[in-house]
Amino acid sequence: MLYAFLVAGAAVCALMAVRAQKLISSALWLAGVSALAAIILYRLGAHQVAVVELSVGAGLVTVLFVFAISIAGDDTMQAAPRIPVRLAVGLLLIFAALLGWMILPLDGIEAVSASGDLSAVLWEDRALDVLVQVVLIFTGVLGVLGLLSEAAVPAMRRVPAATTVQPNTAKNGHTPQPALALDLSGAEIKPEAADVHA
Amino acid sequence: MSTLEILVVGVIAIVGVGLYGLLITRNLIKVVVALQILVKGALIALVAAGDASGQVGLSQSLAITVIVADTVVGVVGLALAVQTKRLLGTLDVDALSTLKG
Repeated sequence: MLYAFLVAGAAVCALMAVRAQKLISSALWLAGVSALAAIILYRLGAHQVAVVELSVGAGLVTVLFVFAISIAGDDTMQAAPRIPVRLAVGLLLIFAALLGWMILPLDGIEAVSASGDLSAVLWEDRALDVLVQVVLIFTGVLGVLGLLSEAAVPAMRRVPAATTVQPNTAKNGHTPQPALALDLSGAEIKPEAADVHA
Repeated sequence: MSTLEILVVGVIAIVGVGLYGLLITRNLIKVVVALQILVKGALIALVAAGDASGQVGLSQSLAITVIVADTVVGVVGLALAVQTKRLLGTLDVDALSTLKG
């Protein structure tokens, strides 16, 4: 019965996270889903995973969401959803019915030979998984660094354009702008660079 | 209903809500939220299956792998959303249609 309350609470938190107008509310409801999921995992005997889920899922990821929202802005979208809500609910009900039909009732699940404790399984049997996790973390760090440093690339591209000003463009004083308006506050384009070739 | 069946019904509900969010939302950050919700449901299902079959250690090791992958996906997705906001000025998924050739 306790599991029913916990899972129902997690589902309600998930629904509130999806339906929340403000992004910050959505992130906090997601933290609630993570916290309830961590309690469920702890009750199921997966103590280490529960701690990892609580610290990473409800802690680190929420902080990252708040950080990203503070940068990107918490602009609420009043635009219509991508597909009609009734169609989405219909598809959702079909999905739930199909999944329930495939999985339930759960007979035939029997306990097999018990595996070892987490540390033995993780470091001996699933050593390749640990290696994959390390590669994943490296990939994630490199991906984030590459993405967040991408803003400097268009600025660097524009530096030669500013240093090689042609006479005809110098007359009208207008250099072609890129299609996207970028914040070039970080670009160090010296105003006297155009005078070098003059 | 047994504990496992209760958990499976709840997991179906959580994964369904995540899919519903992916279907209706146009905000890039909320797309990442919906993906996180989907993975939370899968995580509970994984550990519940491990508990029912006696393979708690194996299910925990797989769950940790899933948590790491999920976190990396979330971080990269948020970085993409921030860059999209910087370059296009909006978080609307439809704004990405300007990428069409």
